[in-house]
Amino acid sequence: MMDLNDLYREVIVDHNRNPRNFREMADATCTVAGHNPLCGDQLTLYLKLRDGVIDDVSFQGSGCAISVASASLMTEILKGKSQAEAGRLFDKFHALVTDAGDEADPELGKLAVLAGVRQYPSRIKCAVLSWHAMNAALHGDTMASTE
Amino acid sequence: MSVVAPNVAGPGPGMTEDLERLRADFPILRTRIRGKPLVYFDNAATTQKPRSVIDMERRYYEEWNANIHRGVHWLSEKATHEYEHARDTVCAFLNARSRKEIIYTRGTTEAINLVAQSFARPRLRPGDEVLITAMEHHSNIVPWQMVCQLTGARLRVVPITDDGELVAGEFERSLNERTRIAAIVHVSNALGTINPVRHMVAAAHARDVPVLLDGAQAVAHMPVDVQALDCDFYAFSGHKIFGPTGTGVLYGREELLENMPPYQGGGDMIRTVSFENTTYADLPAKFEAGTPNIAGGIGLGAAIDYVQTVGLQRMAAHEHELLRYATARAREVPGLRVIGQAREKAAVLSFLLNDIHPHDVGTILDSEGIAIRTGHHCAMPIMTRYKIPATARASFAFYNTREEVDRLFVALEIARKVFTR
Repeated sequence: MMDLNDLYREVIVDHNRNPRNFREMADATCTVAGHNPLCGDQLTLYLKLRDGVIDDVSFQGSGCAISVASASLMTEILKGKSQAEAGRLFDKFHALVTDAGDEADPELGKLAVLAGVRQYPSRIKCAVLSWHAMNAALHGDTMASTE
Repeated sequence: MSVVAPNVAGPGPGMTEDLERLRADFPILRTRIRGKPLVYFDNAATTQKPRSVIDMERRYYEEWNANIHRGVHWLSEKATHEYEHARDTVCAFLNARSRKEIIYTRGTTEAINLVAQSFARPRLRPGDEVLITAMEHHSNIVPWQMVCQLTGARLRVVPITDDGELVAGEFERSLNERTRIAAIVHVSNALGTINPVRHMVAAAHARDVPVLLDGAQAVAHMPVDVQALDCDFYAFSGHKIFGPTGTGVLYGREELLENMPPYQGGGDMIRTVSFENTTYADLPAKFEAGTPNIAGGIGLGAAIDYVQTVGLQRMAAHEHELLRYATARAREVPGLRVIGQAREKAAVLSFLLNDIHPHDVGTILDSEGIAIRTGHHCAMPIMTRYKIPATARASFAFYNTREEVDRLFVALEIARKVFTR
């Protein structure tokens, strides 16, 4: 049985309280509005792509600790990644929060703490919101919803 | 039935002594969640079911299963008898004048939609008004919006105070010659507010305005007498009064129901059918097209029998004591803000804890085996009114204990610590 501390670990509480890259980006090349109707989480994700590489990424919005921490951690890991690498990270993160199996992929780093949401299926949407926004941005969409 | 006969009419002590025996009537209360004994504080969403209700449904399927109102065989007659007997139970429970005034529905939502479509819609003209309050559940907002859109009528909303009470005098002032119906929640699911519905019905009737009361949160927590309330329609759901899901009741004044067109067409609601013309069945069948939830209806009768055996007054007194205790405990928690502090309040504690999102609170409580509701409680306009995205809500039933309230506050302390470390 996974203990509560496996979900609300210090890193999540910290990233919720002090989200990284939490700012508007005036010169973003893609902006996506993400919405999770369950918690009412709302976020806007900003990406600056240059030559197929994520030069900068930031977000703004409000929501539950899981959605904010997940977005904050995502912005940290995405910087400098190519579009193809970002797509692979999306798949790995999705597997992390939905598959019951195996160890977290080492490439996900600190994001591994979010594996705890598997125990609380209703909260998986919170964890994947920012990631769906990122995926939408890479596909040229401007909206993302967890529904 | 394994229920305890009510030995004390008054509040408090009698219930406390019986509590362990009464809790044993509810099999699910023995469940462990994530390794911890379940604390079920989501009773405003749905209540748990006593053994007698579960047994009654099973008995129908095992011993009496047949369609009703049409067979000449024994099983059909037995099923019909049980189903109609449950209607008599509901009739007596609400103190309706006649069983013709008791319409089975799928729940409160369908009952309100029936009145909106069948009673209000033919009467509404452009510029007419439907009067509701700012503390309605979506099910007492959206059906009226739908008929307003179809007819050009206007939805008028009585505002509420910061404490979650209707602004004094606003309901009366909002009634006018264009008001065609008032639809009011008896007890608010999100705030716990008990509205002064008897007074409101009288004020509406003084202006010839009929009144529907949404009793979804009321019937399991206080005695309801439709004649004393003098309301024109009263709606409630079976699953919120320890009965099966997918069951509900619309009480309607007979003379109003008589003059309303059917809501749905089909079998069971007709007298004769030809391709040229159909004549409708008498009340209540006119509003009950198709094979109904027979097991559910019979189960609802068993649920009401159960409630009456325990005694609504005793249940209400115990719940009130739990609410008083929980509210006092809540005051001691730094950063806890109670949403909804009406003077007349049912056993609902809606709250925010510091700036922790209610869903995070809900997940932490879940990890402690405690089930509460978090979110907008199907009352998004209330959340907008208080400028909050959601609340955490603990809602009590008579089978909850003081010790369970203590466990809630231990878990809230864990949540507070997690988020302040």
